[in-house]
Amino acid sequence: MEKLEHPLWIVDLVNAVLGPPVKAVLEALGFHIKAEHGTVIPNYLVMVMLIVAVLTVLSLIIRSRLSVENPGRLQIVFEDGLTALLNLLEEWIGPKGRDFLPLIGTFGIFILCGNYMGLVPGLMAPTSNINVTLGCALTTWVYYHFQGIKAQGIVSYAKHFAMPPGSPAALAPLMLIIEVISHLSRVMSLSLRLFGNIFGEEMVILILFTLIPFFIPLPMMFLGLVTGGLQAFIFVLLSIIYLQGAVAVEHHEDEHGHDAPSGHQAPAAA
Amino acid sequence: MSKRFVLTFVLVVAGGLFAPVFAQAQGAEPVNLEIAKWSIITAGFALGIAAGLAALGQGKAVSSAAEAIARNPGAAGDVRGALILGLVLIESLVIYVLLISLLLFFFKPFGG
Repeated sequence: MEKLEHPLWIVDLVNAVLGPPVKAVLEALGFHIKAEHGTVIPNYLVMVMLIVAVLTVLSLIIRSRLSVENPGRLQIVFEDGLTALLNLLEEWIGPKGRDFLPLIGTFGIFILCGNYMGLVPGLMAPTSNINVTLGCALTTWVYYHFQGIKAQGIVSYAKHFAMPPGSPAALAPLMLIIEVISHLSRVMSLSLRLFGNIFGEEMVILILFTLIPFFIPLPMMFLGLVTGGLQAFIFVLLSIIYLQGAVAVEHHEDEHGHDAPSGHQAPAAA
Repeated sequence: MSKRFVLTFVLVVAGGLFAPVFAQAQGAEPVNLEIAKWSIITAGFALGIAAGLAALGQGKAVSSAAEAIARNPGAAGDVRGALILGLVLIESLVIYVLLISLLLFFFKPFGG
């Protein structure tokens, strides 16, 4: 169990091509790269670049073939996914939900592809590295605070921390401490949930491979499909819930927070 | 829009350029046999307790959700959404314990 990672050929290829220029640029800026066996660019970064490249090419292909009367299969698939995500956003946040579609949609597609890349031989799941998941979680955290301040103004937003609607003013210092801790724990929980699920899945498959290499890891890999999709959906759903908590409070002073899911229809989830 | 896109793209690529600086490997810790033994035993027990209690909690959540759907089939979509969210939040607590156990088993911060 000492060597948990073996070098992937695509990582070696990217490092052979892009490694020396990146190393030269960074050393010119004053950083010293102590890279063992030539990996200047870490493997998760190569996987992330691969996701970006593939998704960009895919989107350009779809955009060049968009048609209203005669949509192709890929366009129908993407339109279905987009409609489901828009329904989810409008159910939880309301009509302002559409503004948040770019980041939330990107997170959904990125984390879904990142989780499923772990099951492909020759590739590695970038979300099985804490750096990637912490990056996603920190981006979501900064984004929803930024959107909250933009929607409510900084004074009203900070007051919402100390005095959530429905709590007496005497409890304000205690509520402030509790709210700050709970908001900080959201970063940890978002990143560790995704990281733990994908890394743990990978570790279980690895252990099963060392025990019985032939057919037994297959049910675990099928479970990896299920949990990969579920974790991507949960990351998106929690981001939407945090955004709703930050953005949607200013209209309803009588009812706190969740104006979902009492009146609206839930999207076709299952 | 195109100038903003190009600027964002350049910033993202420049930001990703600094990733190798932080991707340096760490060294090993000195050996302390007693702590190493106890860390293995603790990791096993912690995971067992966490999994058992989480199973209890999730069982209660599923049973309440099934009862709610049986009582009010029109709200099945909403109940299913709340059920999935609750199950994943409970399971994430077990995942935190799993991470500590994996840390103690494979990355062996106390030697052994």
